[in-house]
Amino acid sequence: MSAHDHNHDHGHAVHAHGSMKDYVIGFVLSVILTAIPFWLVMNKVIEKSSTLGVVILALAAVQILVHMVYFLHMNTKSENGWNMLALIFTTVLVVILLSGSIWVMYHLNHNMMPGMAQGVGASAQTMRDMP
Amino acid sequence: MSTLTAQGAPGADLSSRYYVAHHHPENGTLLGFWIYLMSDCLLFACLFAAYAVLGHSYAGGPTGAELFDLPLVALNTAFLLLSSITYGFAMIAAQGQKKNATLAWLAITGLFGAAFIYFEVYEFLHLIHEGAGPQRSGFLTAFFSLVGTHGLHVSSGIIWLVTLMIQVSKHGLGEANLRRLMCLSLFWHFLDVVWIGVFTFVYLMGVLP
Repeated sequence: MSAHDHNHDHGHAVHAHGSMKDYVIGFVLSVILTAIPFWLVMNKVIEKSSTLGVVILALAAVQILVHMVYFLHMNTKSENGWNMLALIFTTVLVVILLSGSIWVMYHLNHNMMPGMAQGVGASAQTMRDMP
Repeated sequence: MSTLTAQGAPGADLSSRYYVAHHHPENGTLLGFWIYLMSDCLLFACLFAAYAVLGHSYAGGPTGAELFDLPLVALNTAFLLLSSITYGFAMIAAQGQKKNATLAWLAITGLFGAAFIYFEVYEFLHLIHEGAGPQRSGFLTAFFSLVGTHGLHVSSGIIWLVTLMIQVSKHGLGEANLRRLMCLSLFWHFLDVVWIGVFTFVYLMGVLP
């Protein structure tokens, strides 16, 4: 019965099956998308670190999408779309959580400790010199 | 939902009731497991947020640029990526009912996972030995919490993988074992996705001037 059940080829079985081609495409893409940021950072290809930061974050976002599609087999049809709905809901929560935390804590540091704003040149030095 | 109407109308359509009885539990497991992974994702998001807030609180201690060894991180990333594709091969072998090939690919996946954990523990011990343990600064507390939690997940994944290898070798690739392999597949690939965030946000951005 086990083999029989898995030979049905209908809608939500898509979730459980990844073909060899899918895995190889996903692997090659993620190797490229991993190698580029490491190469950029280790060889200091881009001078400005804020630009470099944005570039490697963008590459990471693309690589996460690649993994979602080719390794986790995400699509809008699996489990009648409930998988995708849960993922979208979680993504919204994660974005609120991350951006909210960074925003609130940045302003907290900025307003409560004006002389000690983190990572701002000379003031970072004052912080290091403190006991 | 179609499943509810099918159950709520006795004697309506026998074929659809048969379909529901045999397929709903399996999908229920995978959907439930996916929702667990999403909750795990929130856990990691909290740790990432803590790292984002505390990542520059060095308290006069060492910075990421001074501590992180990028070639080692690249090696670890390679191990995790390779383990992801070998798990994919294990799943393909399992779908094709090839028991020995499945076991072999699972073993290779487990070895890559173990290599990842070995180098991570090596890195942690090295940092602690240098006096950069989790109690040194806010930055290092956040670093050890985030990377350590990921490492604990990978370790549990390896234990789960060994358990499943014993299950498969004893009971073969039945429906239950295929479902378990599928859940571990989601878990393993999910950990790889989290690692993308870790190596980008913690290590690569940590060494930027």
